[in-house]
Amino acid sequence: MADYLLEVNDLKTYFYTFKGVVKAVDGVNFKMRRGGILGVVGESGCGKSITGFSILKMIDPPGKFVSGQILFNGEDILQKSEEDMSKIRGNKISMIFQDPMTSLNPLYTIGQQIMETLAIHGNMTEKQRRDKAVELLKVVGIPSPESRLNDYPHQFSGGMRQRVIIAISLATSPELIIADEPTTALDVTVQSQIIHQLEQLVRKNNSSLILITHDVALVSQIAENIIVMYCGKVVESGTMEDIIYRPTHPYTKGLLNSIPRMDDSKDRLEPIKGMVPSPFDLPVGCKFAPRCECCSSKCLQTEPEAVEIAPGHRVCCHLFDEKGDC
Amino acid sequence: MKTVFAKLLQSEAYFNFKHNYLAIAGAILLGFFLLLAIFGPFVTPQNPYNLKELNLSDAYLPPSVMDSSSHFLLGTDQQGRDMLSGIVYGVRISLMVGISAMLISLVIGTTLGLIAGYRGGWLDSLIMRVADIQLSFPGMLIALFIMVVFGRGIDKVIIALSMVGWVLYARTVRGATMAERSKEYVDAAKVCGYPDRMIMFKHILPNVLTPLIVIATIQVGNFIITEATLSFLGVGVPTTQPSLGLLLSSGYQVLFSGLWWVSVFPGLTLLLMIVGTNLLGDFLRDELNPKLK
Amino acid sequence: MVFVLLAVSVIVFAITNLTGDPVLLLVPPDATEAQIEQAREQLGLNLPIWEQYFIFLTNAIHGNLGISFVFNRPALDLILERMPATLEMTVIAMCFAGITAIPMGVYAGAHPQSPVSKGIMSASLLGISMPSFWLGIMLILIGAVVLGILPSSGRGEVVDIMGIHVSFLTEDGFEHIIMPALTLSVGQIAMLVRLTRAGVMEVMHQDYIKFAKAKGVSQRKLLFGHAMKNALIPVITVFGLEFGELIAFATITETIFSWPGMGKLLIDSIYMSDRPVIVAYLLLVAIMFVVINFTVDILYRFIDPRIELR
Repeated sequence: MADYLLEVNDLKTYFYTFKGVVKAVDGVNFKMRRGGILGVVGESGCGKSITGFSILKMIDPPGKFVSGQILFNGEDILQKSEEDMSKIRGNKISMIFQDPMTSLNPLYTIGQQIMETLAIHGNMTEKQRRDKAVELLKVVGIPSPESRLNDYPHQFSGGMRQRVIIAISLATSPELIIADEPTTALDVTVQSQIIHQLEQLVRKNNSSLILITHDVALVSQIAENIIVMYCGKVVESGTMEDIIYRPTHPYTKGLLNSIPRMDDSKDRLEPIKGMVPSPFDLPVGCKFAPRCECCSSKCLQTEPEAVEIAPGHRVCCHLFDEKGDC
Repeated sequence: MKTVFAKLLQSEAYFNFKHNYLAIAGAILLGFFLLLAIFGPFVTPQNPYNLKELNLSDAYLPPSVMDSSSHFLLGTDQQGRDMLSGIVYGVRISLMVGISAMLISLVIGTTLGLIAGYRGGWLDSLIMRVADIQLSFPGMLIALFIMVVFGRGIDKVIIALSMVGWVLYARTVRGATMAERSKEYVDAAKVCGYPDRMIMFKHILPNVLTPLIVIATIQVGNFIITEATLSFLGVGVPTTQPSLGLLLSSGYQVLFSGLWWVSVFPGLTLLLMIVGTNLLGDFLRDELNPKLK
Repeated sequence: MVFVLLAVSVIVFAITNLTGDPVLLLVPPDATEAQIEQAREQLGLNLPIWEQYFIFLTNAIHGNLGISFVFNRPALDLILERMPATLEMTVIAMCFAGITAIPMGVYAGAHPQSPVSKGIMSASLLGISMPSFWLGIMLILIGAVVLGILPSSGRGEVVDIMGIHVSFLTEDGFEHIIMPALTLSVGQIAMLVRLTRAGVMEVMHQDYIKFAKAKGVSQRKLLFGHAMKNALIPVITVFGLEFGELIAFATITETIFSWPGMGKLLIDSIYMSDRPVIVAYLLLVAIMFVVINFTVDILYRFIDPRIELR
């Protein structure tokens, strides 16, 4: 048994498009232990979703795995064949997609779609699958599960559909669940519910969870560890407390500052200056430099390396190469 | 104009076009036929419909590649008509009919579609009802029926084709208009007090154009086939005017006498023209379809 | 549906009766002045137009669609006699088209970049660009004139199945039906292949396919289990409607191959100015199309559970 459930080492996933190369994931490193909850935070386009898809080896052309390793239970995912992968997907690692409206096939009942997972991975009889499907629906909190099994996706509300998807992802008691913006498409009132329910279920099943989101506040509710991504790179990583209470990277600080808080007496939100650069026109050196208040000439020229400023808390910023201060 | 052209050359569409051999082939084919239609009659050895130029003793001559005594490149038919000239004139008719009918149906269909989509209400229901009724019949039969009742003639063919073809534009434009109608820029224009007509044509229309381009391109091909079929059956273009369909009709009659060239060449020409429009239409459809990006 | 039929009957009536002297439409082209007058009276053409329409309509509902000049028999009978021949050719062409086109289309949609797929697309482009009557002529040229193995006209021997004459089950009949059915089906195959391919390609991009893949569904099952069902919905709708188009194209094919069906009857009637038959054909075909469209509509609701029954 490997030490870590998941180890991502220097993953690079690039997309070769007509306009140029998009380095969606550009040297991402992180490790996850069994039973942990990891939050991957960043703005749209920072590469977090692609990281999630890479773990399931679901990158289609023009995307390519340029280098790196993804070790799941010690074995490199990137070296596995499609056939091997289809045994892992939905079984050992499952994924929850962002938009519950489009993730389910409109022509099949949700019962069929839940049982499909069970049929592919496992040896249950039809009746056993049915029973398990009912049980799963109960677990995620869907009323009258027996009759709802025969309903079609369009007969459910958004929140219910997402619960169904969570049910599908838990069906095989996977070791790792990757949730890609699982609540973004839902009403705010439902979001918190779903997230906490997800946390409960993950703990009960003894699974691990990677929660990918742009919502820092959301992730702080359940994550134990957080990595912050920007332009395809990890700029800061650490425990939840490290990131939320002791943020050190200017970008992380900026992200946290821009969240409105109830106890704040500020009149205006403080956005981060500037705009996210176009993926075809990334700056040389630190990607965040042009927007950074503490930017120096070194930042504009060379990319910073990861530095461990406290046990488990790493930052990619030149401010921490030497004892620099802004 | 220059900047529009420059932008076009730099666009992704042009990039894809340059690398798509089929699309280029289609454009070349079409260009060739267009040139043929415009300049051909000036360079053909014969005007096959000027009876004074025909010589019955020239009848039934095979293409000159087969029989060196025949100086007709593609042979002649039973009246001594040079196939090459006949085909060139025929191409001219085909393209003329196809393009004019397409333009007319485009204008009628788009206008009706815009009105139906924008105004809604009873006008919309009326137009769409008519369209639905018409769509439940194959265009060919409708055109056939019209020609039977009203007699032969190029202008009548064009009218008949237009009456069949407008429906597709109307439907598509109506759908797109209804989608655009609820967008903010329409509200903004209304608030500024712009008259309806201006909103429809200056603002909404440019946004619904893309599918129309695809439909139009393919429709030219369809119209060419329909005209040829109608002429073949004897209800399209009258015999005094050259049409590829008519040539094929005479070819069919002499098929068993072994005069294969009267059937093969006009048909091949038709085929190539339509292949041209379809290649281009295909490319445009793939380019302009956001769903496949 | 009834509304459409009524509208069509009005249009057909209007056009045949309001263009030129209606008497001439219902009387042989070589009638004398006296005969024309007599016909006028007999046919009630002195009555106001809406009364005429009413008579026309009641006659039509009772199955009286006029008497053919040429054959001197009820037009309706003539058409119904020839309908089985047309239907036989059309149905065979459709089945053949469906069986060959859909698998090719699904494959091409799943592997859009493969050389086989590109080959299929090129062939289908040729298929839809081909004027069907030229294809027929070419087939006759090759099959009958050059190779001399297939008959170029007529229908072969028939066999009676449950009272319906069917010809393709006899060897002679089969030889006769190959070329016409092929001519009809080529255009359909080409169109279906493209439609299926486009549908499959579009569906494969959808989120639920990705989600199914993330569940571990094999590529094969993704294609044939999930994608195909979703992609085929529009295909089936079009296919059903195409049946109507086929009947129309059959007119040309029947003419070229001298196939004794409704289409040939129509064309012959046009040449011989046999108006009652033309009118009867149009009405009948109109009814057929309306019924087909209606059926397809209903079927569609069964296939796609999202559609609410109105």
